[in-house]
Amino acid sequence: MNTLININNLFLSIIPAEITGLPKMAMIALIYLGIFAVLGLYLVLLERKVAAWFQLRLGPNRVGYHGLLQTMADALKLVSKELTGTVKADKFLYNLAPYFVIITSLMALGIFPFTQKLQAYDLNIGLFFLIAISSIGVIGILLGGWSSNNKFSLIGAMRSGVQTISYELSVGLSLLTMVLLTQSLQLSEIVEVQKNGWLIVQGHIPAIIAFMVFMIAGTAETNRAPFDMVEAESELGAGFHTEYSGMKFAYFFLAEFINMFIIAAIATTVFFGGWLSPFGVTESIPWLGVFWFLAKTFILVFLMMWFRWTFPRLRVDQLLTLEWKYLLPINLVNIVIMAVIVWLNLSIQF
Amino acid sequence: MSYLSDIYNGIKTLLTGMSVTGKYFLNSRKGAITQQYPDNRDTLKMFERFRGEVVMPHDENNEHSCTGCQKCELACPNGSIEIIWDRVIDENTGKKKKIIDQHIYHFGMCTQCGLCVDACPSDAIKWAQNFENSVYDRTQLTRVLNQPGSKVRAGVEE
Repeated sequence: MNTLININNLFLSIIPAEITGLPKMAMIALIYLGIFAVLGLYLVLLERKVAAWFQLRLGPNRVGYHGLLQTMADALKLVSKELTGTVKADKFLYNLAPYFVIITSLMALGIFPFTQKLQAYDLNIGLFFLIAISSIGVIGILLGGWSSNNKFSLIGAMRSGVQTISYELSVGLSLLTMVLLTQSLQLSEIVEVQKNGWLIVQGHIPAIIAFMVFMIAGTAETNRAPFDMVEAESELGAGFHTEYSGMKFAYFFLAEFINMFIIAAIATTVFFGGWLSPFGVTESIPWLGVFWFLAKTFILVFLMMWFRWTFPRLRVDQLLTLEWKYLLPINLVNIVIMAVIVWLNLSIQF
Repeated sequence: MSYLSDIYNGIKTLLTGMSVTGKYFLNSRKGAITQQYPDNRDTLKMFERFRGEVVMPHDENNEHSCTGCQKCELACPNGSIEIIWDRVIDENTGKKKKIIDQHIYHFGMCTQCGLCVDACPSDAIKWAQNFENSVYDRTQLTRVLNQPGSKVRAGVEE
């Protein structure tokens, strides 16, 4: 369907032709920033609504139609609030930390293929880049906790360090299991391979195990309940962002929700065929890929919200037991099984 | 083998929990279980055990059953109840009898502990279920529970 303008061309048509190179990249970055800031706000609203439905409440329903403008109002309030801090804080690091967190989570968004054409930057080591960037985010949390000069912040940040270092292994290994099937780290290649069936079908049993491990480890990576010891309200006040207010707090908050979107988007790309429609029903209309990508991603986001509003928080020792005694050995065995399956050509291909 | 059964049980119990909350999620369309308070202000009735404020019920003859025994005043841990009483001569028996002049209740000090209601031997005071109790001046929180001109119901003895 050449007559249909795909969204990439639409973006390019907005940008004047003479702008190339760095200005063009900057404009694309600004468009992404705008879209994902709004997306982050609506993820917050979705979280609050889903939480309400799980607890048989109504959720925000006053600002706008069914509360649709609630998070916009919240964001406006946060922008207008005074930025406070502790007197003995390490000012430079204290101000740097929120930007570290938000920039790393926005950087990861650049390499997702939303459709065949709509991809800001097709990195050939895409998956590796994602794993790397998700571990830089924790530096921001550590900086924030350390420089606040508050013991709760410090404890929260250290817990975050422990958690992220541990669960990174599981995220990496479960994605590596799937790389054995795709034989590429490039995200567009990974989606291309799935035209013969989504990887969770191609890889059958080990792929399902890898998906489960990835979702557990991914939830832990984003510091969400049941792995939210980092900001455990009942123990630490608000954890590493106790001393942050106004917009700096909003950056941490937004980054948490964008990270959740990123984890779901990675799972969508690697396990559920990215922008590919189920059974190729809309193969002739390429721009619908955005719809399929977002639909799959939001189902996985919902799954993570379901976790959050079902499971109680783990203790630190339980967290480490889960990772080092269960997820890691399972993952290592799983990767060997997957290697055998690829070697003997036992994967299911359509 | 306990390692594998641990994993099996772990996944099973997690799924059990998720199915419970999932059922709640699917039923959330039927309406919230929370009270939509300012909207349903006209129809909202608090439950029987709710402790709003202490009241003294009067019957149609403007009679209450408070004998002025002051047990509620003694029971109150923070002095919210003050009883101004008097002795009069009972017309029927000719004996001296204690009556209340004013049963003063300082709602501003009351912690809604309910010890006065438990202590009352003649069930003269009880809990009301109202809950919109804010006023602009705290003197309005000092209330006289017995209505003007009321008297004790005949047959209620100390």
